[in-house]
Amino acid sequence: MKTWSDFEISQRRIVSNIQIAPGAYILKFRRNFNFLAGQVIALGVNINIEPRYYSIASGENDELVSILYSEKIDGKLTPMLSLLKSGDTVIVSNPFGTFTQVAPKPVFIASGTGIAPFASMCLSGKAKGATVIHGAPYSEYFYFASYFSENLGKHYIQCCSRCMQGSQFVGRVTKFVKSWTDLDTNRQFYLCGSAEMVVETRDLLISRNVPFQNITAEIYF
Amino acid sequence: MTNHSQNKIPLYGKTLEELIAIAIQEKLPKFTGKQISEWLYHKHVDTIDKMTNLSKVARETLSAKYEVGLSEPVKVSESNDGTKKYLFENENGKFVEAAYIPESDRATLCVSSQVGCKMGCLFCMTGKQGFQGNLTANQILNQLRSIPEFEKVTNIVYMGMGEPFDNLQNVLQSTEVLTSDWGLGWSPRRITVSSIGIIPAMNEFIAKSQCHLAISLHNPFDDERKAIMPIQNVYPIADVISELRKANIRGQRRVSFEYIMFDGINDTPRHVKELAKLLSGLQCRVNLIRFHSIPNSPLQGTPDNKIIEFRDALTAKGVFTTIRASRGQDIQAACGLLSTKALLEKNKDNK
Repeated sequence: MKTWSDFEISQRRIVSNIQIAPGAYILKFRRNFNFLAGQVIALGVNINIEPRYYSIASGENDELVSILYSEKIDGKLTPMLSLLKSGDTVIVSNPFGTFTQVAPKPVFIASGTGIAPFASMCLSGKAKGATVIHGAPYSEYFYFASYFSENLGKHYIQCCSRCMQGSQFVGRVTKFVKSWTDLDTNRQFYLCGSAEMVVETRDLLISRNVPFQNITAEIYF
Repeated sequence: MTNHSQNKIPLYGKTLEELIAIAIQEKLPKFTGKQISEWLYHKHVDTIDKMTNLSKVARETLSAKYEVGLSEPVKVSESNDGTKKYLFENENGKFVEAAYIPESDRATLCVSSQVGCKMGCLFCMTGKQGFQGNLTANQILNQLRSIPEFEKVTNIVYMGMGEPFDNLQNVLQSTEVLTSDWGLGWSPRRITVSSIGIIPAMNEFIAKSQCHLAISLHNPFDDERKAIMPIQNVYPIADVISELRKANIRGQRRVSFEYIMFDGINDTPRHVKELAKLLSGLQCRVNLIRFHSIPNSPLQGTPDNKIIEFRDALTAKGVFTTIRASRGQDIQAACGLLSTKALLEKNKDNK
């Protein structure tokens, strides 16, 4: 069980908490700490409910901290979180974690809300020459799509598992990686998402001769 | 022994406090809770009907909603070295494995705490099946209670499928049942819980349990550990060890570090030096473990002679180091090999 006792915590007033897709929200509060893109915070509604860890999705210099989360219907925290409005408060820990070192020309591979740390890295100007590969079931779940499209162009690849033919690659991230013709095994690969996606994608990259030392993974738990 | 029914609540795995609460809720005398714990954990009955010092009305009342809740393994595989691997099916159709490892002077049971695992370690088969759910205290303890060797088991290690500290409440409940006088009455010194080092849960475990703690270390260098264990991004091993120093675990309670040996990856003199530096002054031991190769892995096991050299070098630096014997490799029961992925995929195909 995650507890609050291991963290320095503060109460933050919510600036906005907006639903951006069915069951997906971005919560924002004013920044009272410095952080490195890729770090996480523990977030909760009060100290009696177990916190959950979320990667920060905003840039290091942004005035507001953004947290991307999806509501789990049977979850303890997110159904409460989704009801909060501007002016309500949340409890947050200081940022922590070391998923923060990014090599030049990184390849970011994410599923769902696992895109958050990569959005933060790009928004912080720390991911020059990045390629972003994002997996989601439907078009509306490609969070930060307009930002990535504008800034990365053809190096932003959407893998949509339940879309009909369109501008996206139709299929899961793993299907894309399996057939990716431009795969450069010398680049550094960063993965974030569910355990299944991370493990499967890492195995695929290794099978395509990417050294395991070139792969760094962040896991949800 | 009975198998689970779909809608009855299992009593096995409940704490004394919970059993008393059940008795009160069912309008039975409060002492019925204590009687049930004796039947479950001292007299080892497998049905409520056999709890013969409970009134007939009490047994009927309980049986309407509850059951002892034991389920036999659905499969057993036996190794040439005597190790047995047991497969259990939970009531929700998910599978876990436990390994029974007999030795001349002891018999160890390696139990699972989750179906699958979220931690994604590069060298582990369990991680390759993703995460399908937490085990309840009942499902953890059933792995002990329902094997034929139940009474022969002398030691339990939580080193099977899953990360115990990602399911801490159920793990703590199971160790409470194991170690309480009203429960199975085991010494906590015969129980080891192994984790990759989730710091908040580790601190809670240290405070609430007296069982031994084992930490999966596998590489003392930050970048190198990140490449094989994603958890290093959240809880670096240096922070884990710093917390252990603060906890100051001494006396009979033991902290050990698991170190799987990967050829050319974590078995060099540079690693010996860094490991000794990292653990300096901490009362602990290091268990070196042979790597059992898994399909499509880029990792290879360190040869035995190099493992011995590594042990000797660490020992020379004052770190108490042992080499763990490999058991059950021929039935995929050895360290890091437990997995029910094939069954998971078969079930998916059948749907």
